[in-house]
Amino acid sequence: MTQHVSPPRGSADKVPSVSESSAWRGMFARADVRTLSLLGVLAVLVLIGGITKPDEFLDTRNLQLVLTQASVIGVVTVGMTFVITSGGIDLSVGAIVALASVWATTVATQEYGFAGILFTAVIVGVGCGLVNGLLIAYGAMVPFIATLAMLASARGLALQITDGSTQVVTVNSVLDLGERDAYVLGIPPLVLVFAVVTIIGWLVLNRTTFGRRTVAVGGNAEAARLAGIDVRRQRLYLYLLSGLCCGIAAFLLIILSGSGQNTNGNLYELDAIAAAIIGGTLLSGGRGTITGSVLGVLIFTTITNIFALNNLQSDVQQIAKGAIIVAAVLVQRRTASTT
Amino acid sequence: MPQHTNRFTSRRGLLFGTAAVGAGALLAGCTSNDSGDDEPAANDQPAASDSPGKPVTIGFAGPQADHGWLNAINDNAKNRAKKYSDVTLEITEGSNDTAQQIGQIETLINKKVDVLVVLPADGKALTQVGLRAMRAGIPVVNLDRIFNTPQAYRCWIGGDNYGMGLNAGHYIGQKLKGKSNAKVIELAGLDNLELTKQRTKGFDDALKNYPNVRKVARQAAEFTVESGQAKMAQLLQAQSSFDALWNHDDDQGVGALRAIDQAGREDFLMVGGAGALSAFQAIKQDNGVLKATVLYPPTMAASAIDLARALGQSKGIGGLAEFEIPASLTLYSAVVDKTNVDQYMSTGFK
Repeated sequence: MTQHVSPPRGSADKVPSVSESSAWRGMFARADVRTLSLLGVLAVLVLIGGITKPDEFLDTRNLQLVLTQASVIGVVTVGMTFVITSGGIDLSVGAIVALASVWATTVATQEYGFAGILFTAVIVGVGCGLVNGLLIAYGAMVPFIATLAMLASARGLALQITDGSTQVVTVNSVLDLGERDAYVLGIPPLVLVFAVVTIIGWLVLNRTTFGRRTVAVGGNAEAARLAGIDVRRQRLYLYLLSGLCCGIAAFLLIILSGSGQNTNGNLYELDAIAAAIIGGTLLSGGRGTITGSVLGVLIFTTITNIFALNNLQSDVQQIAKGAIIVAAVLVQRRTASTT
Repeated sequence: MPQHTNRFTSRRGLLFGTAAVGAGALLAGCTSNDSGDDEPAANDQPAASDSPGKPVTIGFAGPQADHGWLNAINDNAKNRAKKYSDVTLEITEGSNDTAQQIGQIETLINKKVDVLVVLPADGKALTQVGLRAMRAGIPVVNLDRIFNTPQAYRCWIGGDNYGMGLNAGHYIGQKLKGKSNAKVIELAGLDNLELTKQRTKGFDDALKNYPNVRKVARQAAEFTVESGQAKMAQLLQAQSSFDALWNHDDDQGVGALRAIDQAGREDFLMVGGAGALSAFQAIKQDNGVLKATVLYPPTMAASAIDLARALGQSKGIGGLAEFEIPASLTLYSAVVDKTNVDQYMSTGFK
């Protein structure tokens, strides 16, 4: 609150820009520095990929591959970003994806075809989110514990449904969406869904009351309550939203892998949290960025892709992945503090 | 304004509530996986010496059946025991938790079963309880995942991971005979596991016999469909052309085949591993890249019941000269291709 403090970032859009230069500055200020540094990291990765494997990496098929592989975890991460922004955590995302994907691919569900699979995947996701939300918002349970309990139960139920076997999808209308040349509006369907979820997520977080309430609850729940926000209902909605994203992701995974298995979504919770944090969402809540999260996901997927193309083995991959997470966060913090 | 919102939310709440209950009722009916033709994965081989003898109670403890192969292990054990009128099977609820499995085995020891068959969740961690059973005078048949010391079991029976790789390598080497500069890739299983290393070693050793064949890439998946699809998609992007692929595991193979299909590739030969029903069916149809699979037979659980029964009745194995059962039995990892797939079809697991 001292006087020499420069106007906070983002204030540019409240000030009507007069000259061309101030408009430019406003745009630059709005594009978060963190986002720019993430783009920088991604650019370096693309450079590495392009140099080590020019033919295989710089290929439209490969771009399609990376984006498709990113779409499942990407959709989960969008939901996770909302939850973390509100100061919560959802450890059950991977288990919910597993449960939704097996429930939607049982022999009984597959009889209802495309609609049955889609409906079941989404409803199971939302249902689990509802339970999470009720326990946390109205049962006053700590998110960590409530979603940990959901993780265990959902995995257990998924195992009970499959009995350990792999449920192969035989509904062609679902399988066709995952084929090589299935394009909707010139885009692979999975990537399209990922893009739509991202855009809606961005709009909701940045341009709606719902988004502002989410940030407010994460920043200071008590202040938000005093300001008239129904904090509990907001929390309920957020876990519902995360569950919905898991349901959508499960459907994408069914399309991608052509099956449902109780081992699906293994460690998604960690991948989604890591992507959100690298992206610049505060683990303590109060600040969240969908753009950052999506870039985080893309960075992870690109790393995996480059490693695989260069035939590096899993031990090296894991070591390098850890190092890159640390490097990305350090670079980001440096650029953020010097601006 | 507040009343307004409230009335609105309550009406909306009612709507959502009704929808949720409706959806729940609809979904509850959708968990069934009964396809009508549910033949259990089992072996039709006649039992060793069929004439009933002294009644034997066999205690069976395995890990949680969280994937197809382990499920088939349980089915094989149960079905085999049913074939013998003189065998009673005491089977525990499977568990991946070491402490819990130890507890279950101790319960079986206290019940004074005649013989124990144990597939440990973790062989090393369960060695002590194996020793305890042996000291209590209950012979132990150690299934697949081996205990630390031979003192903890009377007989070990299990699969041959090195042999799997070896046989896969030889099969591919033979198929690519005469092809100069042949390229092979490997889709391995979970790299954290010792067995994955053994399979890879066997595969590499076999390929050394074929100077024209070279392994150009290897990636490790995680035995899951999802990881199989992801890793295979990357491998296909990395290698624009190759002649053969060995995939360690038919479960992840479902995902690998999906990726191959998605990439529109069919210019190579694929060999699987383990022996899943879906793999056998694909080999029989012979309209895709999958031409063979190398067994890691779950029928070993049925054989373990045979061995346990023989132990309980103090007999040897029919067909062998000895008066006792062997101390160790390593199963052969047969290659199943179109020529012999019918014979193995009934052993395929889901």
